[in-house]
Amino acid sequence: MTQRHSQISDAVRQASLGVSRRNFLKITGIAGGGLVIAAAMPAMAEEAEQDLIRSSELNAYVQIREDGKILIYSGSPEMGQGIKTSLPMIVAEEMGADWDDVVVEQTPTVDTDLYGKQSTGGSYTLNREWNLMRELGAAAREMLLGAAALVMELPKDELKAESSRVRHIHSQRSRSFAELANLAQQQPVPNKKDLIFKGRQEYRILGSAKSQVDSLDIVTGKADFGIDAQVDGMLYGTYARCPAVGGKIVDANLDELKRQPGVVDAFIVKGNGNVRELMDGVGIVGSSTWAVFKAREKLRATWDEAQASKDSWSDFVRFAEQAGATGEKTKLERGDVDAAFTNPDNTILSALYEYPYLSHLCLEPMNCTAHYRTAPSGDRDHLEVWLPTQSGPRFQQLAEKRYGLKKDQLTIHVKRMGGSFGRRTSGEYACEAIELSKRSGRPVKLTWSREDSIQQDFFREGGFNHIRGAVDQEGKIVALEEHAIGVAPQGKPSYFSGVNPGVFPFNTQASIRGSLTSYRMDTPVGPWRAPYSNTHAFVSQAFIHELATAAGRDHLEVLLEMLRPARWLEPDNIRSMNTERAAGVIQLAAKKAGWGRNLPEGRGLGLAFYFCHAAHVAEVAEVSVEGDAVRLHKVTAAVDVGPIINMSGALNQVEGSIIDGYSAMAGQKITMEDGRIQQTNLDQYPVLRIGSAPDIDVHFIQSDYDPTGLGEPGLPPLAPAVANAIFAASGRRVRKMPLLDLGYRV
Amino acid sequence: MASSFVLNGKKISLDVPDDMPLLWALRDALELTGTKYGCGIGQCGACTVHLNGNAVRSCLLPVSSVAGQDVTTIEGLGDAENLHVLQQIWIDQDVAQCGYCQTGQIMSAAALLSTNAAPTDADIDTAMAGNYCRCGTYVRIRQAIHAAAEQTASHHEMPETGTGELA
Ligand code: FES
Ligand code: FES
Repeated sequence: MTQRHSQISDAVRQASLGVSRRNFLKITGIAGGGLVIAAAMPAMAEEAEQDLIRSSELNAYVQIREDGKILIYSGSPEMGQGIKTSLPMIVAEEMGADWDDVVVEQTPTVDTDLYGKQSTGGSYTLNREWNLMRELGAAAREMLLGAAALVMELPKDELKAESSRVRHIHSQRSRSFAELANLAQQQPVPNKKDLIFKGRQEYRILGSAKSQVDSLDIVTGKADFGIDAQVDGMLYGTYARCPAVGGKIVDANLDELKRQPGVVDAFIVKGNGNVRELMDGVGIVGSSTWAVFKAREKLRATWDEAQASKDSWSDFVRFAEQAGATGEKTKLERGDVDAAFTNPDNTILSALYEYPYLSHLCLEPMNCTAHYRTAPSGDRDHLEVWLPTQSGPRFQQLAEKRYGLKKDQLTIHVKRMGGSFGRRTSGEYACEAIELSKRSGRPVKLTWSREDSIQQDFFREGGFNHIRGAVDQEGKIVALEEHAIGVAPQGKPSYFSGVNPGVFPFNTQASIRGSLTSYRMDTPVGPWRAPYSNTHAFVSQAFIHELATAAGRDHLEVLLEMLRPARWLEPDNIRSMNTERAAGVIQLAAKKAGWGRNLPEGRGLGLAFYFCHAAHVAEVAEVSVEGDAVRLHKVTAAVDVGPIINMSGALNQVEGSIIDGYSAMAGQKITMEDGRIQQTNLDQYPVLRIGSAPDIDVHFIQSDYDPTGLGEPGLPPLAPAVANAIFAASGRRVRKMPLLDLGYRV
Repeated sequence: MASSFVLNGKKISLDVPDDMPLLWALRDALELTGTKYGCGIGQCGACTVHLNGNAVRSCLLPVSSVAGQDVTTIEGLGDAENLHVLQQIWIDQDVAQCGYCQTGQIMSAAALLSTNAAPTDADIDTAMAGNYCRCGTYVRIRQAIHAAAEQTASHHEMPETGTGELA
C-alpha cells in the first residue's frame, strides 16, 4: 500500500466515524420506525482516491426490525443474474443472520454517496462488492456483539453471532438480534482494519442453494418489472424512429394520428443525433398501449435519410471474403510469426470464420415510465422515472447533462429487468419517455413494441476472422495469426472488435499476431452477454481444434500443452488467466463428460475452454448429426470462479448461458440492407425451444480466490464446443453461425 | 364496447374496444400485470392465460371473443397465501432467472397438468413449446413440472380421511 493510499484510508476511516450518525438519521428518515443499525463503511479505495468527502459516506446498510426481520438492501440492479440474492447473502453470512429472517429490498433511491456503485455489468459486480459486503456484515456483527457484551455482562470474545442471535459460547445464554438492535446501533462503528471475516469452512449461508429473494413475487405475477409500472393519471406511449438509424424527421401525418381511437396526442420530436440519448421521432400518447400501437400502424412519416445508415450485410460479407491474412492495424505481435508460416516443415492451416449481428431480445421489451413536472417559473422542475436499467447513476448523469436536473430534482426508481444482457445501459428509452411526458404534461409509460426492441438495438456486432496457424512436425502449434474484421459505426472502430491480449490464446501463445480491419457499418452496436468473448471463443477455440485435428492429435492434450507451464499470468490480478486453474477446469470437464469414450456413428464430443470475466470455464458438448439434423444431447461444464456464493444461482447462470449460447448459435442472425434491419419479430429470429434444450451437468472447482460473477462466462465456450462436436460426429466443420444458415435443422 | 367475462372467478365487465387483445385489457385496463407482453404475435408465450382451462395466448385474443367465458390469469391461479403446486415448486427449485417469462410458463404448465397428471419429457416439450425463455431456464422448468406431477400424485395416494398426519 502506498503512503498516500494509507493516509487516505485513515482519513476515510475518521470521516466514516464522523458521518455515521448523520447517515443513521438519513436512514431512519427513510425507514420510519424500525430499529436500525447503521453500518458506516469506508468507501472503496478507488473512490477514496477520487474524492475524499464523497467516499467517506455510507455505502450500504442493514436494518434489524422489531419483528426480528433483518432488512438488507441490495444496491445493484437485478436482471436475472441473481445479484439481489447473492450480495445480501454475503452480508448475512458475515453478520451471523439466519437467512430465513432476511428481507431484501432494492435500495430506495439512487445515491452513490450513500449506497456505492449501484450498477451491474461485466459479471464483475460480485467481485467488486465482495469485500464491501463482507465489511458491512462484519461491522453489523461487531456492533451486535458489543451490545450483547453490555447487556449480558460478558466479555465480547466469549460471544458468537449465529442464526440471528448472539450466544455465549460457554453457556446456553443468548439474545436475539432484535433484542439487541437498539443498543447495537449506539455502538461505535468498527474500523475496517479491525474486521475479521469468516473462513470458507465456517460458512453456513454462502455456498448453499437459495431461491432468489423475489421468487414468490415472480411466480405470483407481482414482480416489479419496469413494464409493470402503474402511476396515477398515466398515459401510454410509443415512439417511432427512422427505420434506418440516423434519419431525421421531416414531416408526419399528426392530425390523422390524433384522430385515432384512444389517442390523446401525437407530436414530432427532434433529437440530438446521439443514438444513446435521443433520436428524431414521432411520439404518440393515448389511453392504452394497444391504442398507441394501433395508431402507429397509421403513421406516415417523411424522413431525411441523407445522414442515415446505408449498411448492407451482404456488402460486408463480400468485403470480408476478399480480405487477407493480416489486417490494416496490427494490435499485438509476439515472436517470429512470419518465420513459422514460411517454414516448409510446418503444416499451415487457414480458415475464415463468420458470426452475425445479434439482437438482445430481452423478453421484457424496452420501456420506461416518466413523469416530468414542469415547475411554475422561479421553481425547479422535477423528474420521476421508473427505469429498468443496469445503472441508475449513469441515468442520473444523463439527466443532469441533458435536462440540467440536479440530484434533488430527480426521483429514480430502478426496476427489475426482464433480462438485459448488456442492453439496458443506454439512455434513449428513458429520454423518449421524458419527452412524451414533458409534451403531454402527464406521466407516460413508454413501451417499445417487440419490433422496435429487435430493430432499434445496440446489436452484438457481426464480423469475420481470417485465422491461420502453423503446426510443427511434432504436432505443436508454433504460431497463430488472427485477422479480425470488425465494424466501425460512423467510422469509429467498435469497442468490442479487434484483439484482446488478455484472452486465450493471445495471452499464452509464444508466436502470435492479431490485427484488425475496420469496416464502416453504422448500425449501433453494444455489449451483448460476454462481449467480444462470445465471438472470439468461437473463432479461436474451434480453430485450435482444427489444428489439433490436422496434427492428428487429441484436442485435450493440445490444449493442456498450450497452457503449460502452470502460472498466473499476472499474479494477484483476478482478471488475468491462471493456467493452472484453466487446466483444472479442462481436465474436470473432460473427465466428467467421459472424454475419449467410444460413441456410436454420427455422435461426437467437442471440447472448448475460454477465459473471460475472471472466470475459467471448460465445456464438453455431446452432439449427434443425422443428415441435416443436429441434436445437442448434453453439455458438461467445469467452472472455476472461486468460492460459490449462491449454489442455485450459480448453476442457473451456467445452465442459462449454455442454453442461450446454443439458442444464438442455432438460429439467430440479424441482417440489414439499405440501413434497414430485416428481421422484425420472433418469427424471423428464432429462439431455442424447450424441446431442443440439452441436458446440462455443471461442476464447480471452489477455491479461495476472490469470487466473481457468472452472468456471462458460461456462454463463450458453448459455440466452439458444439462446433467441434459436430465435426467429431460428422466430419463437417462449422465456421459460421448460425447453424440454420449452414442448412442444419436444430 | 363493453365486454363481460369471468375473470379469476369473478364476473367483470369492461369498456374497451372490441378488438383490443385480452393481453392489453388485462394489463392496461384491469392493471393485472402478471400477464406479460413479449412479442404480440403468438410466438413467445409470455402472455399465456387460461381460457376455460386451456392455455391460450392473450396477445392474439380480441377481448370481445372471450365474452361470457372463463379467463384465469396468474393472479387467479394462486397467490402468496394459497399457492398453486407449480408456484410452490417454482420457488423451491429456484426456476426463474429474470422471471419475465415465468408466469406464462407456469400457466402453460398448469394447463398441461390439468389434463395430463404424469407428463413425459415429450409431453412437456409439446405443451411448453410455445413458451420461450431467453434466460434459458428450460432444464429447471422441465424438472419442476415433473416434480409437481409427482407431488400431486403422492398427495392423491394419501387417504382422504385418516389420522390427520398428512405431511
Ligand atoms: S406476447 Fe403473446 S405470445 Fe408473445
Ligand atoms: S427467466 Fe428470463 S426469460 Fe425466462
